[in-house]
Amino acid sequence: MPTVAPLDLEGHVLGVAFLKDTPFFAEASGTIHRLDHGHKTIEAHDGLLSLDHDEASDSLLTGGEDGKVMRTLADGTISLVAEAPRKWISQVAAGPQGAVAYAYGKTTHVRLADGTTKDFPEERTVEGIAFAPKGLRIAVARYNGVSMHWVAIAGQPADLEWKGAHTGITFSPDGRFVVTTMQENALHGWKLDAKAGAEARHMRMTGYPAKVKSLSWSAKGRWLASSGAPAAIVWPFQGKDGPMGKAPLELGTRGNTMVTTVACHPAEDIVAIGYEDGMILAARFADSKEVLLRRPGKGAITAMAWSKNGRQLAFGSASGDCGVVDLAG
Amino acid sequence: MTETSTQKPIPVTVLTGYLGAGKTTLLNRILSENHGRKYAVIVNEFGEIGIDNDLIVESDEEIYEMNNGCVCCTVRGDLIRVVEGLMRRPGRFDAIVVETTGLADPVPVAQTFFMDDDVRAKTELDAVVALVDAKHLPLRLKDSREAEDQIAFADVVLLNKTDLVTPEELERIEATVRVINPSARIYRTQRSEIDLTKVLDQGAFNLEKALENDPHFLDQDEHDEHVCGPDCDHDHHHHHDHHDHDHGHDHHHHHHHDHAPSPIHDVTVQSISLRGGEMNPDRFFPWIQKITQTDGPNILRLKGIIAFAGDAERYVVQGVHMIIEGDHQRAWKDGEKRETRLVFIGRDLDREKLERTFKACEVQA
Repeated sequence: MPTVAPLDLEGHVLGVAFLKDTPFFAEASGTIHRLDHGHKTIEAHDGLLSLDHDEASDSLLTGGEDGKVMRTLADGTISLVAEAPRKWISQVAAGPQGAVAYAYGKTTHVRLADGTTKDFPEERTVEGIAFAPKGLRIAVARYNGVSMHWVAIAGQPADLEWKGAHTGITFSPDGRFVVTTMQENALHGWKLDAKAGAEARHMRMTGYPAKVKSLSWSAKGRWLASSGAPAAIVWPFQGKDGPMGKAPLELGTRGNTMVTTVACHPAEDIVAIGYEDGMILAARFADSKEVLLRRPGKGAITAMAWSKNGRQLAFGSASGDCGVVDLAG
Repeated sequence: MTETSTQKPIPVTVLTGYLGAGKTTLLNRILSENHGRKYAVIVNEFGEIGIDNDLIVESDEEIYEMNNGCVCCTVRGDLIRVVEGLMRRPGRFDAIVVETTGLADPVPVAQTFFMDDDVRAKTELDAVVALVDAKHLPLRLKDSREAEDQIAFADVVLLNKTDLVTPEELERIEATVRVINPSARIYRTQRSEIDLTKVLDQGAFNLEKALENDPHFLDQDEHDEHVCGPDCDHDHHHHHDHHDHDHGHDHHHHHHHDHAPSPIHDVTVQSISLRGGEMNPDRFFPWIQKITQTDGPNILRLKGIIAFAGDAERYVVQGVHMIIEGDHQRAWKDGEKRETRLVFIGRDLDREKLERTFKACEVQA
């Protein structure tokens, strides 16, 4: 039976991550908590808006209402990456070769390891940034589609158009697909490995009763799990055409509440499913078998992350009741 | 259930008005006056807000068209994002004020609070307040449709800078505002000076509260702030005489309002007030659905109190374009006249058709 070590915080938890083996919990207030031989805190921002786990350097990148982009290391030391006074840093993303992308308003800024910054303006607000898994390339979600920019090469972006507001973005780990969350209750995907000159192929993933706010790729990118329904909706991406023409798995279906956060296990085809009432289940793709990881709590699950060995799951909620689930018990 | 669903929704006040109408002055009052409430303010640019407040958020107006084929189903994407961010730390403020640009269309702002599930779950549109520059309104109406839309859409209109016009001009301007929007509350102000309790916490979009706060809804002649439309004879005394005549007057006034053509140039918005007896719900609901579906793009606002046959409670409805909401409000009081009142504010509305089809929903005696 899994055991839960609780950590009760005051406010909305925006993100959690394991840096080395230490669980970190980032509150919307801007305080970052960690459980490192006791509960320790860092005042990183006056208001936290965005966060990304930089796996290459095993650090946490955060953007705030204070106009700062900060980096937090596993030992709790923090440093300023970039600053734009009075702007809300609504997006941050960690890239390869020490690159950091952040955005406020209509421009994405990419700060390279050598300290230079490149700007990529859009016609509309930047609503999501993702680095491609290979090459120094960003995809930016914005109204009516996605703009893809090579960071090092000046030139026109490649545009992926689809009408409507795209509010978040992710690349498949193999770089063949890019998927956005939308203002309407749907995901939109593009297959990028079309023949040269051919248009990227569209994938519409619809049928959600609510907006999709959480996406997670399974190990090796074989599946994409999503929130926005009373079950975790898990789309198959093994085939060369991704989920086109295929039905998704529906895991952990509950009648009276919604899935708010999903996090796929780092090695197994298992997804942790966090619900609006604070419950967390783990479900296996192969046979839909479920295990209860945490009973309902005070608030909706807003963040989850697995430890690298896949034995622990850190979680946070909209009400601040956080913790670490230990699968070994 | 969860914390978010049990929290009281945060009220949101939307300030509209042309450049120079006095929005920033009003905003500075809201932020500096000692009313014991804390406001988060969403502005288009920091501009001249002279108050140091960490809860002023800059936001670029961004319209989203919804992917449902409906041209009037627009929301403000920037507000969705900013409100979501603010609501993660709800303890910091009691209410939100959204300041729009002079040329902003108030409709997507308002629709955001009805059409986005997340925003709707946590906040509640309180009122749309339009500031009108008394001196420049005639010019504004000539050169823009936005100025008219802002008035048409408002729950509260501050007729500002009244010191810059003569009493006669002011009467005319106020009459114009009244023609554009017969259901708004109008206040005359100088330098945006107003008792803030008349602007904030109005509950104008809250079906429960809206009509409680406004017991004389659609009874223009009984309204404290009532100004005669240009189709009236500007004789307040006369009105009060009529008032004593009870509903005889009501009917007269109503009739008058509906059929007199607007003598004011540059006004393209019209309002249609409908009044009838008890309604048959099996006819009324399909009717209002159909009207809002087919004429939704032309309807800016609609509000009404419905008396259903055999129903002990008043039913209230309100709408923005194709969005319509309705609910029971309270029991009819003893002696209260059970009548149905509806006002449509919009453009190119077919008055004859609305009146005829509305009447067809009445219970046949």
